[in-house]
Amino acid sequence: MLAQHSTVSLVRPCFLSGSQVVLKIIKHYQEEGQGSEVVQGVLLGLVVEDRLEITNCFPFPQHTEEDADFDEVQYQMEMMRSLRHVNIDHLHVGWYQSTFYGSFVSRALLDSQFSYQHAIEESVVLIYDPIKTAQGSLSLKAYRLTPKLMEICKEKDFSAEGLKKAAVGYENMFEEVPIVIKNSHLISVLLWELEEKSTVPSKHELLSLSSSSHLEKSLQMLMDRVDDMSQDIVKFNTFSRNTSKQQQQKHQYIQRRQQENTQRQSRGEPPLPEEDISKMFKPPQPPPRMDTLLIAGQINTYCQTVKEFTSQNLGKLFMAEALQGHNS
Amino acid sequence: AAAARVHEGATPSPGRSRPAVVKIHPVVVASIVDSYERRNEGASRVIGTLLGTIDKHSVEVTNCFSVPHNESEDEVAVDMEFAKNMYELHRKVSPSEVIIGWYATGYDITEHSVLIHEYYSREAQNPIHLTVDTALQSGKMSVRAYLSAPMGVPGKTVGVMFTPLSVKYVYYDTECIGIELLQKTRTSPSRTNGLTSDLTQVAGSAAQTQEMLSTVLAYIEDVLAGKVTADNSVGRYLMDLVDKVPMIPAEDFETMLNSNINDLLMVTYLTNLTQTQIALNEKLVIM
Repeated sequence: MLAQHSTVSLVRPCFLSGSQVVLKIIKHYQEEGQGSEVVQGVLLGLVVEDRLEITNCFPFPQHTEEDADFDEVQYQMEMMRSLRHVNIDHLHVGWYQSTFYGSFVSRALLDSQFSYQHAIEESVVLIYDPIKTAQGSLSLKAYRLTPKLMEICKEKDFSAEGLKKAAVGYENMFEEVPIVIKNSHLISVLLWELEEKSTVPSKHELLSLSSSSHLEKSLQMLMDRVDDMSQDIVKFNTFSRNTSKQQQQKHQYIQRRQQENTQRQSRGEPPLPEEDISKMFKPPQPPPRMDTLLIAGQINTYCQTVKEFTSQNLGKLFMAEALQGHNS
Repeated sequence: AAAARVHEGATPSPGRSRPAVVKIHPVVVASIVDSYERRNEGASRVIGTLLGTIDKHSVEVTNCFSVPHNESEDEVAVDMEFAKNMYELHRKVSPSEVIIGWYATGYDITEHSVLIHEYYSREAQNPIHLTVDTALQSGKMSVRAYLSAPMGVPGKTVGVMFTPLSVKYVYYDTECIGIELLQKTRTSPSRTNGLTSDLTQVAGSAAQTQEMLSTVLAYIEDVLAGKVTADNSVGRYLMDLVDKVPMIPAEDFETMLNSNINDLLMVTYLTNLTQTQIALNEKLVIM
């Protein structure tokens, strides 16, 4: 579901202008998104030719049951109106969401992203993984729906034939857009100042060898998804079994009818009226394909993240071995 | 509040023993610089509200937003409605943040600042005034914080004095990592940086450690050659460093290493298997 690495370079990157977007997203999750809650927000920026530039963002409050009368749209409109007064770009170019161990492929995400992309072709959804970031490297990925998936969403044709026609597999649902951070000179001065003022001992989380808890959690989520998938497969199997049983029944019925008709003819009686077979045997409902696709996509994302993680850890383990080998 | 890491940032501490310290998150200063870059034509500086939390001895600034204002020689106008509205909107997202002061870009404190400070005194007790020198008048982007105190002869002319406070930069752990990545944009010629992945990151970290080790080694060589006098405290740190590498008997280490590698390989195998499985499933079902 993520385009393979070789094709990523063909996709034009999206630019993050200035550091405030990254920092704001990090802060938002840190302050408001404790536990496994998902935080969301809107990305603002502009589209220059066919290049997307994200210049600012603002967070969305959490959905709590108490503020049932909270009007999201109104909040957005007010925020954008106010930001326009201070010359901040007020074009909605996308949205961001935090994720928990890489689980973000869901119907909700698809719908939201579709509505954004429908309005602006280049809009992206930024997925921020705070747990992976805490492990040592900023994990911020931008995704966009592939044009094929966009078409399907437009038609709202999620049946099996529709998907087969558009040849959308779980692998080409989303395409990853590489992110490039662009800083102006002033921000560079600021960064220089920060580095001077705060002697940050650069954290070496990245080189830490402990991996089991993270692996456990990831595998747990993967297993849950695989369970969902297997349930889905069972459903599909029952469906196909039912269809074939029905076919058989239809056949038998037609045969019996013909037999009877020949019998009647031989006895000189009028044949039985032709009945509408399709009304008698209602074909069973095919299970919706979209959910399976989403689950497959999610499983794929999990697998990718886990593989990245294991490859990093293998590298670290070999380094540790080399270090130990030196000593002993 | 999440665990925050405090780093020493030296700015001239006030002569009197005011315990107040201002802790700033880098997101605030980055937003200020961005607002400055977007200021209206003809405006020489931008101002805005600072949001954050207060506790007994220090003030932590975690957010900010700019407020439109007009300044001329003799008068200053601040859009207070706007400030109130924005604060309400921000409160919806983070209800724990309160107005703790205001900021202005520029190096000096002008008379207009006094007026604006008065307005903010109505919104918050003891508001902090932050100046960010975006025009680099002082040669670098200095960030200073002030508290106002009344001065003068009571009953006669009373004025306001701004006393400086010490400024510290505070980071969440994840902010640290974000900043590290952003620092990399300083070195690239187009001031850009892509987000790297997997092994390149580990390699980068290892390279950094290597650099640091070579600096330490160079120092040790110098000491041994007599070029630099040995420093006992440094020597103690070095002892700690060497001790940190655990002395594990070779077979134990082998077993540990192998079991870890086996775990990781097994997980990789399982994930590959799963991916093949779903690919197969796709083909079967779509058929």
